[in-house]
Amino acid sequence: MSARFVRLAEQGRVTVGLTVDGVPIKALQGDTLMVALLTQGNALRQSEFDSGRRAGFCLMGACQDCWVWTRSGERLRACSNEVREGLDLVTTQPEATWPLHG
Amino acid sequence: MATARVVIVGAGPAGIRCAETLVKAGFKPVLIDENRRDGGQIYRRQPEGFTRDYRALYGTEAAKARDLHESFERLRPHIDYRPDTLVWNLVPRQLSCVSQGHHTTVDFDALILCTGATDRLMPIEGWQLAGTYSLGGAQIALKSQAVSIGHRVVFMGSGPLLYLVASQYVKAGANVAAVLDTSPMSKRIVALPKMLARPGVLLTGMKLLAQLYQAKIPVHLGIKPELISGDATHGVSGVRVRSAKGETLDIDCDAVALGYHLRPETQLADLAGCRMRFDEASGQWWLALDEEGRTSVSGVYAAGDGAKIRGADAAEHAGRLVAMALLEDQQQPVDAGLRAEQRRALAVMDQFRVGLAQAFPWPAEQAGALPDSAIVCRCEMISAGELRRTVSEKGACEVNRAKAFSRVGMGRCQGRYCSQAGAEVIAAAAGVSVQQVGRQRGQAPVKPLPMVIIEEPT
Repeated sequence: MSARFVRLAEQGRVTVGLTVDGVPIKALQGDTLMVALLTQGNALRQSEFDSGRRAGFCLMGACQDCWVWTRSGERLRACSNEVREGLDLVTTQPEATWPLHG
Repeated sequence: MATARVVIVGAGPAGIRCAETLVKAGFKPVLIDENRRDGGQIYRRQPEGFTRDYRALYGTEAAKARDLHESFERLRPHIDYRPDTLVWNLVPRQLSCVSQGHHTTVDFDALILCTGATDRLMPIEGWQLAGTYSLGGAQIALKSQAVSIGHRVVFMGSGPLLYLVASQYVKAGANVAAVLDTSPMSKRIVALPKMLARPGVLLTGMKLLAQLYQAKIPVHLGIKPELISGDATHGVSGVRVRSAKGETLDIDCDAVALGYHLRPETQLADLAGCRMRFDEASGQWWLALDEEGRTSVSGVYAAGDGAKIRGADAAEHAGRLVAMALLEDQQQPVDAGLRAEQRRALAVMDQFRVGLAQAFPWPAEQAGALPDSAIVCRCEMISAGELRRTVSEKGACEVNRAKAFSRVGMGRCQGRYCSQAGAEVIAAAAGVSVQQVGRQRGQAPVKPLPMVIIEEPT
């Protein structure tokens, strides 16, 4: 899946390794989880209410569209949490899913 | 010696200037901020280890950003600073907070809410597709993370931020496909006398527009948004708008930055029981305040865009002024000259902000014209048609009642991005004014909390 975000500067940072849905990826130190994921893919998660993929919206912690989870079940806002070495993320909600609209 | 427990919520320009004024008067305020670093949204800092300088990050506002950050550094030893902390509830004289999964309470005698604003959004068919971001969000991506939200970005909406962010993207080397403004040129001409209250700001705005033309970015004024096209898997693939001349414009893009100026964050004030008033110029509900920032509830104050949308410069003045109001209420001496200076500056900014609202109006009429299939609540995928049915079938002509029936405003953003447009949809369907349908009440928790939080011993 092609990347959504495009890096324009600040590319000389140290790399950090993390795992997303079991696949190891590299990000740059200081990246938010959102930037780490969207510079390598085009979405963050699956909407619970329709078939749409979601990639965040406000980037300031107000819309809650960018939730991802650690393997142990902790929910993180991808826009306001930074990457950490060894972080093990999943992008599917470990809770119940609502019936889809329409 | 000052003994009142003073708590400020928000470490943006208003919160920092407020804290600074209180520290000078001998107080040691608690400053709670949801962000990890100070500066708020406008003067948001990039993470440690990033190397772009102030000029690259903040453009014409570089000196102000540096001054605010340096003021904060000087202030830090003299305040009780609690970053990365969400205030999620308010009961009389006490805040409920959560930080990194840990719950605490903070008692106060006086509270100053400097909670800022978010983008104000008007839905468009397809805005739920991945790749649509709020305009402010597009700016944060660049400022805080040095990324563009897409390979080919359309900027759509209205307001000064539209031109600012588009030109920042161009300058940073991003590919800007078009700038599409719903406001026609005629509105700007009508608003000019009021906007001349701040000629410097007006000139900066005109320079931004000139830079966009110089970079050969297509800029269209007076457009009507029709559709963001794309599919559920790949997200945005283009936008369709109607030009001022009535022609259909189709523009390919993989990202849209969408926004119509700002709306205030008033949930905590609402929980405190502060009175609200309808602001005619912007067509939205604001806190009812006296000229210095006192709310209708004794001991609760507000400043900055969360109190009155006037921008960052006004927020600094309002932050100082509200601190002086608090000092006066605490029977502390106040510098009358400094107070008069803040009030003079704010009077000019009040005039300017009315001009801005005239020049870049909230496109209320778009809500009534939304097709039934357009999504209003992007959290839970609830359409304009479903919301209209709560009016036509259930007679719900008041926002909170329509919310209970339709769930518009009940999703994870808690109405931040749909309730104003939802109110317009209801008003249009019911044939009444938007003021008559009311406003969505704030509810605790003001943002979703983790399932497990740990109680800290107090």
